[in-house]
Amino acid sequence: MAEAIQIDPIHQFQVQNLVPLGEIGGYHFAFTNSALFMFAIIASVALFILFATRKKSMVPSRTQSLAEIWYEFVEGIVTSSTGREGLVFFPLIFSLFSFVLLSNLLGMMPYFFTVTSQIIVTAALSILVILTVVIAGFYKNGFKFLKLFVPSGLPIVLAPFIVLIEVISFLSRPLSLSLRLFANMLGGHIVLKVFAFFVVILSSFGWLGFLGAAAPAIVGVALTALEFLIAFLQAFVFALLASIYLNDALHPAH
Amino acid sequence: MEPAAAKLIGAGLAVIGVGVSAIGVGLIFGNFLLGALRNPSAADSQFGRAFVGVALAEGLGIFAFVVALIILFT
Repeated sequence: MAEAIQIDPIHQFQVQNLVPLGEIGGYHFAFTNSALFMFAIIASVALFILFATRKKSMVPSRTQSLAEIWYEFVEGIVTSSTGREGLVFFPLIFSLFSFVLLSNLLGMMPYFFTVTSQIIVTAALSILVILTVVIAGFYKNGFKFLKLFVPSGLPIVLAPFIVLIEVISFLSRPLSLSLRLFANMLGGHIVLKVFAFFVVILSSFGWLGFLGAAAPAIVGVALTALEFLIAFLQAFVFALLASIYLNDALHPAH
Repeated sequence: MEPAAAKLIGAGLAVIGVGVSAIGVGLIFGNFLLGALRNPSAADSQFGRAFVGVALAEGLGIFAFVVALIILFT
């Protein structure tokens, strides 16, 4: 019956304890499905790259050329926004991109947990980026890093306001970086689930509803394709913004 | 008005921001395409910048979405 079907699109984001590990200081520790998928993502990235580059031939095989495309794509992101000297951050950007991409794509599989739909994960990733910016900026430039907040050629009257705005914009970076990825994944998966529930609910209304259920089913298929695009796009945007923020650490005076 | 109803109306008002940010994203991509069609050779080098602008515009819409979620679920 229709009344029995509850639309519960949030259920898929629940973190479940798989193996309880005990309790320290009132906090419960457990090996969760989130942790399981993080291990799976890291293992699949590492195993694929190791497998693809096992021969290192001059004329690449199919898997090797895929790994090369992957590598050169991230290299293009880094060099286009920070220049050649930004390549010191290449391992960080490549890891971030691969982790976000794989977790977005694996999350699209049915019954799979989307790691990046947990705000704690995306917040940790973006705090990592911003702390790298701050530490690398002070390490490379000393206190000249603070020029980041004072654009060159600024009239002295305007300086306090502009500095305030620049500081606020700098502080909102980790917030927007984490929320963008989190909300895109959360929103996309909720929409997919809601359309899937529409199909189930409509098809329980007899043959007319069964015909009507074709519409949300087709929309659901189209949205799945869109979600795969968004999964890639958000990984790209995350890597691009991370390397643009790291550019500030290398060249603070703008 | 009942508090629960006010909550739902507030969440509904908050997600207007998502639609407004969609206008911003459309403007950026529209103008990018306009420029790209006039000078296709320069389009590839500005592709990243278009995406940064889109990401920033989209981020503001997502703030509105998160505000709506906070209103709904707290």
